[in-house]
Amino acid sequence: MSYLLEQVLNGLSYGLVLSLIAAGFAIVFTSTGVLNFAHGSVVLLGAYLVAVLHPTIGFWPAVLVGMAGSAVTGVLINAVLVRNLADRKPDTAAILMLGVDIVLLTELTRRIGNQVLTLGAPWGASVVRFGDVSLPTGRVLAAGVTVVAFAGLWYLFSRTDLGVGMRAAAADGPTASLMGIRLSRTAATGWALAGVLAAVAGVFLTSFPAPGVAPTVALSAFAAIPAWVLGGFDSVPGAVVGGLVIGLTSALVTGYEAELEPFLGTGFGEVAPYVVMIVVLLVRPSGLLGSKEAVRV
Amino acid sequence: MSELPRKAGGAVLVLVALALPLVLSDFWLQTGLFVMAAAIGAVGLTLLVGVAGQLSLGHAAFAAIGAYVYAYTTGETTTSVTGLGLPPVLGLVLAVGVAALVGAAFSPVAGRLRGIYLGLATLGLVFVVRHLLVNLSDWTGGFTGRSVESFALGGFSFSNRDPDYLAVAGVEFEGLHRLWYLFLVLAVAACWLASNLRAGRTGRAWANVRDSETAAAAMGVGVAQVKASAFVVSSGYAGLAGAMLALAYGRVAPDVFGLTASVDFLVMIVLGGLGSVTGAVVGALFVTALPLVLAQYSSALPFLAAPGSGGLDPSTASRIVYGLAIIAVLVFLRGGLAGAARRLRQRTSTPAAPPAPRTPDDGDRPVAVTTPRSKETTR
Repeated sequence: MSYLLEQVLNGLSYGLVLSLIAAGFAIVFTSTGVLNFAHGSVVLLGAYLVAVLHPTIGFWPAVLVGMAGSAVTGVLINAVLVRNLADRKPDTAAILMLGVDIVLLTELTRRIGNQVLTLGAPWGASVVRFGDVSLPTGRVLAAGVTVVAFAGLWYLFSRTDLGVGMRAAAADGPTASLMGIRLSRTAATGWALAGVLAAVAGVFLTSFPAPGVAPTVALSAFAAIPAWVLGGFDSVPGAVVGGLVIGLTSALVTGYEAELEPFLGTGFGEVAPYVVMIVVLLVRPSGLLGSKEAVRV
Repeated sequence: MSELPRKAGGAVLVLVALALPLVLSDFWLQTGLFVMAAAIGAVGLTLLVGVAGQLSLGHAAFAAIGAYVYAYTTGETTTSVTGLGLPPVLGLVLAVGVAALVGAAFSPVAGRLRGIYLGLATLGLVFVVRHLLVNLSDWTGGFTGRSVESFALGGFSFSNRDPDYLAVAGVEFEGLHRLWYLFLVLAVAACWLASNLRAGRTGRAWANVRDSETAAAAMGVGVAQVKASAFVVSSGYAGLAGAMLALAYGRVAPDVFGLTASVDFLVMIVLGGLGSVTGAVVGALFVTALPLVLAQYSSALPFLAAPGSGGLDPSTASRIVYGLAIIAVLVFLRGGLAGAARRLRQRTSTPAAPPAPRTPDDGDRPVAVTTPRSKETTR
């Protein structure tokens, strides 16, 4: 029983980290209509900055620099590349982001090389015990930070002019523009927010129980894509739900791999998120909480 | 622009390709095989993404299916893997057929989703197929893959044996030379079929659905059916490309058909220009040959370091060049290389012509002014 509970808690905390990344996808998508394939590299960039800077300036300042670095990268990608696309269509933008991802990821991979950089997180490899269930401190902290982050996002989107402006811009860009909302500003805010969330997620994805900062982190951030799709393309609460579902699924499938192996084969934990995604897309093409796409002629 | 110069150009290219094996070294022959296989996959994808407007990130999955179906149906049963031992020609047909069938099986998803939504669903397909390839090891050989029987046609083998010695104009024709001609025939046939599909009724229906599903339905086009047909045709192309890759490598392994391969196919057609068959071929040439050539000649290039020395090694350099190429083409060249070529042709052939009227969707496409038949819906 405690094994099951441990898997569930592990899955939920991992799912919350995924939902940070998924929220980044959703925010960029709603504010600029771009499917940000480079998001995984931005996650890796944030973690990489922390890993490289923490010996000289300390962990917490390094986290701040990592967040700022990821946010600035996102804003620059949008301002320099996305806004200057020759052909402004969602598909083209998605392919552009694949190109950006290749450049960013190759450069980061080259810098990291074959080593696994340590993150230098102060909580190290410590474990928190709840009765007979133990969880890595990093995961518990991640869950707490994620809840705070989503509370902050909720406040931003429902209580501040900037957030309401972003929602208006997402709902109807041209009309919002006529009402005096500066679309360039809402777009930049969206990309910056996504970058900050990515860096935070990167820190938690690379601290214990993960070994450290390695190029594969960008790929594990890819697992957030099913979470995002599952929740609905344009919904931040959907990202939370999707992240939790995906986190739980992969934790349970991995945790009970020995029992599942005869039917599903080894390593199904990595594939399970995508299977869930395809099934959900078949039943509900716009995700669990996403709004239906309006079709105009 | 009359059709004649284009046809003449194509004929010259084919003649050059026919003569090349007489002079090329084995490295270039091998590169050429990979390019031709990739070109067929890219042409199939450009029909789906460029003409029918359905983004697919799952092209490598269908290529994998083609490659493994060929390897399984033609292979012999050994201690580690099973095989059917069918004739290679049948294996090639089955590779295309099964890939197309799987595409058809996936088309309920494809028919319901559009654009990036479909792209994301097909992204899942790559991971699922990879999982199957690793786990169905009786058929696929698992992680390490399995070897592939060489192609043969009526007793003539496309390998170094049977006949043992074959020479044309004093050049010994080994497996690579023989495969080159097989691939050339397949590639030319695939491009010809794709051009005709695109220019014909099917292609117009695809383009119509791409531009507006509602309008297409109002014109009497069965939207779901047309979208499914694009998916099936493109999957068949991918299956053929996969089987050809298997033949060129002599081995199949799951890692060849990962997400990177899917992205590579997409990059080929974007660089070349979405919807253009010639563009897809040029894109395949660039994307496939660049890393191989950089690796082969890295010692001669001063800015490249040896792999592992911490400097800019050839594979890193080619990845960065190719990422930057995508960005540059998308930001500066509307319509990719094909679009640039079209604008250049227009500028040189009709210097005094007034600027062509612009359609809202694709601003640079000439409308019926320069072509006798209006082709603007099919690029």
